[in-house]
Amino acid sequence: MTMMGDPGPTGRFGEFGGRFVPEPLMPACVELEQAFREAWSDQTFVDEYRRLLVEFGGRPTPITPCRRLSEELGVTLLLKREDLAHTGSHKINNVVGQALLTKRMGKPKMIAETGAGQHGVASATAAALMGLECTVYMGEVDTQRQQLNVFRMELLGATVHPVTSGSRTLKDAVNEAMRTWVSEVDDTHYCLGSVMGPHPFPWMVREFQRVIGVEAREQMEAGGHGEPDLVVACVGGGSNAAGIFSGFVDTDARLVGVEAAGGAAIMTGSPGVLHGMRSQLIQDDEGQITEAHSISAGLDYPGIGPEHAHLADSGRATYEKAGDIEVLEALQLLSSREGIIPALETAHALAWVVREAGGQIPHGSTVLVNLSGRGDKDVAQVRDILRGES
Amino acid sequence: MSGAPSLAQRFAARSDGAKLLIPYLMAGAEDSWLESIEAVIEAGADAVEVGLPFSDPIIDGPTIEDAGNRSLARGTTAHDVLAALGTRSWGAPLVVMTYYNVIAHMGHERFAGMATDAGVSGAIIPDLSLEEIGPWAETADDRGIATVMLVAPSTSPERTVRICDRSRGFVYAVARMGVTGERAEIGDEASAVVDKVAAATSLPACVGIGVSNAEQARQVSRVADGVVVGSALVRRLAEGAGPEGAAAFVASLRQAIDA
Repeated sequence: MTMMGDPGPTGRFGEFGGRFVPEPLMPACVELEQAFREAWSDQTFVDEYRRLLVEFGGRPTPITPCRRLSEELGVTLLLKREDLAHTGSHKINNVVGQALLTKRMGKPKMIAETGAGQHGVASATAAALMGLECTVYMGEVDTQRQQLNVFRMELLGATVHPVTSGSRTLKDAVNEAMRTWVSEVDDTHYCLGSVMGPHPFPWMVREFQRVIGVEAREQMEAGGHGEPDLVVACVGGGSNAAGIFSGFVDTDARLVGVEAAGGAAIMTGSPGVLHGMRSQLIQDDEGQITEAHSISAGLDYPGIGPEHAHLADSGRATYEKAGDIEVLEALQLLSSREGIIPALETAHALAWVVREAGGQIPHGSTVLVNLSGRGDKDVAQVRDILRGES
Repeated sequence: MSGAPSLAQRFAARSDGAKLLIPYLMAGAEDSWLESIEAVIEAGADAVEVGLPFSDPIIDGPTIEDAGNRSLARGTTAHDVLAALGTRSWGAPLVVMTYYNVIAHMGHERFAGMATDAGVSGAIIPDLSLEEIGPWAETADDRGIATVMLVAPSTSPERTVRICDRSRGFVYAVARMGVTGERAEIGDEASAVVDKVAAATSLPACVGIGVSNAEQARQVSRVADGVVVGSALVRRLAEGAGPEGAAAFVASLRQAIDA
């Protein structure tokens, strides 16, 4: 298999990936794989998807050189501005693709899981656009932390279903969405939000996010920036990273995924099976999945997409960690120096660049960071932390 | 201590047309879980499905998930459960039910070895699909652990044949598209699944997921070779029924099935 290509019918990325789901869901996964395979080679579908990303999604997103910060850090820092896409993050690329596919499969309903609410809002948005019924599963803890996003989804016509089982966060929202999918699979598509889950999701979601990497590569050349020495993205499940990496995997660029220190599946996890995939997971000595904790709800997932586990194994990409304090500092730095408030998730990638400029990143390097989302959703939380109220 | 009859031995003894009754309970959810297993065997269970708790049970509804969380909170581990099962001898075969990560994490050989030593006859691993089961199935076959596979209403006839071919002991016929849990009515999807299985194999087809009471067990036993009852028993144990209450419930199921 070429790097970041078609994983074939078994959905394997090296020893990771696969399809570990209960038998009732197997036929749905096979149906989805066939539907996606056909759609993705059907020019009509691809044209419609691209048209919607332009007309509705706000693509292409620009590349912004960070002039002041580049000077301070001694590297050439460039940002791929996914924060400027509709709904404020890269999530829209995936949901537009999956909502189109849902229509194509003739299913009237879509369900989705969400942690911080970004994927839930994006799903509700795409569902509204396509006239699909949408239910979003969200841990009860997260519905309380992200009340505005709950209201956004409701404004968009979606139903938000608080999940009260387990730790009442993202991984339980995935469990509940999968349970619902089992009983409603006939007329419902499960719009998974990241490059995780059973085959074909890790491959399909990466393909819908590939547009980030393809655009960025062209823009780097057209803008006279040359080839980047490093491409850096934050990683929870890993969809924004998969999207931008796929555009540079065949170049000499070093690919770096930055995990939250409290949810670093590759840095601190071990191989296991969860949510339909074999990947690197945070688990205890008995194979029980443990909770991930970080300042950003969007990275609080105890696993990582299987292709990232494979990219790490093969050495093509490396994975690093950033801690809450340096993440907060990076968020303030980008805001005050460049006039861009990044999402807390995205700030992990920036924190690593700020820390390693002149270290792992030689001075003079060209560094492309995927600015995966805007920080509006996090402003209240950041204010409370900085004022010592949280 | 081993000595429990294998699934094949036990089921052969019932080839007189009597239907199989297989209750499920969660290991470690209560102090008296071992006594509860003994009690349901006394009360007429042909085999007992013993749940090993997992943090993310995606095919289970709230009753079994809660029991699993209770068990985990009490510090239950797969290792401890298998060790505890090995301290007694059982009058009916035991089938462990758990999710694949618990087994993968312990290692196939080690898990199968401990299970065999504990006298366990079979294993149900719902998230280990036909496509992924190869390496485990080989180890399980070598060790004499019968891996029971699931057939669902959504499974095609062609796929049913391949699943039944790979299944050992019996075939778990999923009664409906949904997670485990009690339902007011048992639908008619169950008999269609049983027909698919019967056309594919001579192994018994046992229906589970949603069978909630004696009347439903009776209905299901009219079309299937056996009945699995989980959440209804797990709920009674959670409410404090204890081994006596578990036995009384299973006896009522037995009576309904045999009537």
